[in-house]
Parts: sequence; structure tokens; C-alpha cells
Amino acid sequence: MADEAVGCAKPTGTVVGEKPNQDSQPKGDAKPEGVSDMVQVRVGRKAPDFEAPAWHKGKMTSVKLSDYAGKWVLLCFYPGDFTFV
Amino acid sequence: MSAVAGKFDELQKLGVEVLSVSVDSTFVHKIWEEVELSKMTKDGIPWPMVSDGAGNLGRVYGVYDEANGVNIRGRFLIDPDGVVQAMEVMTPPVGRKIEETIRQVHAFQHVRKMKGAEATPAGWEPGDPTLKPGPDLVGKVWKVWQPK
Repeated sequence: MADEAVGCAKPTGTVVGEKPNQDSQPKGDAKPEGVSDMVQVRVGRKAPDFEAPAWHKGKMTSVKLSDYAGKWVLLCFYPGDFTFV
Repeated sequence: MSAVAGKFDELQKLGVEVLSVSVDSTFVHKIWEEVELSKMTKDGIPWPMVSDGAGNLGRVYGVYDEANGVNIRGRFLIDPDGVVQAMEVMTPPVGRKIEETIRQVHAFQHVRKMKGAEATPAGWEPGDPTLKPGPDLVGKVWKVWQPK
């Protein structure tokens, strides 16, 4: 995790690696209503890789999920900083 | 987040790394840690607080709420091969329980070590008996396991 230059532009995370494609979905699978074509996550399948800016121990840095290969990872999404739960 | 921070040492002992993700910028993460989380945890947040401002990560993980522009609560347990072993997604008002996540880490690590020779029944805790799936167990689970 390298230190990142801090600028005014707001950086964001990006998905890296394979783009979602038909081959990653079982053929003939009916798409549940409201589910985006972009959703790639399913238990038993490879976690979508990503690279994104992060705040870690007093530094602006960036993380890449695939750098954690060989380790267990607990990936937690939450609605927002300063929320209550 | 602070609940997970309180169990971070235990997670690390199990070889689990933590990443938290929200749509907030790293600047907001910094200030949240400084003004609030540092007062709810011993040494602040020890893992990378990831910024997903455009929701790109949330979208592929199926947790991005387009209408509200936030990621809903979603927890993914990823094994050393990069495979998602467990996930839990919840609407915003209800928080998670880290103890349940840790129980699942123990269970997934156990079945991984046993290479499929054992499975953990409902409610399994470390030290409890496991199931040995195979023809002999078909119809006989009641002999070796009962609900608590």
C-alpha cells in the first residue's frame, strides 16, 4: 500500500480484472428483477477484484483486493461515516 | 465499525484482514476516525477504510443503492484463494454482530482444513462435533446431531 498524493479531485475505487460477461453467468439464468447486470458476486465464486483509495493509520493510501491473496479477508460495506449503527 | 475494531486482534489471530468500504471520501474517513471512532476504540481503526465514491465496488458486490447513492450494509468473507465463502446483506437500521462473523470464520477455516471431509451443522461452535458427509450419514444425521 503506497502513499498517495493528496489532491482536490475526489478519487474513487474501480473494479479491476475481468469485466462482467455472459460466460460468468450460467446460461439461461433468469435475471431477478432489479438486479443489475454488473453484480458479479456469488458465494463459491471469485470475489471481484478492485483497487480503491483508502485511509489507513494516518495515511492516504490505496488498496487492491488481490494483494490480499493468501489471506482471509472480511470486506464490510456500510452506508456512511457518521451514521448511527 | 467500532464493534469490529474491538475484535480486530481476535480476527488477526485467525489470519483475517479487514477492509471497510463506504462512499465517503478518504478525507471524511480521516475526520470520522479522528473525531469519533478514536473515542470508541482503543487505537482508532487499524484497517484500511476504503473509499467507493462512485459506487463502483458496491455495484459489483450487489450492495449499491442507486436511489440513495450509498452502499447498504454488506459483509463478505473471502478465503485465501479469493473466493467468497459467505455474505450477509442488511438494510441500514439493523447492525451486524461481529461474534457471528467470527463463528463463521472458525467454521469456514475448519472445513477448509478438512478439505471437505467434514461439515459444520447449524449453530456449530469451535469444539462442537462436526458431520462427516457420506453415504453412511444419509438419513442418520439424527443419530449424531440434534438441534440445540
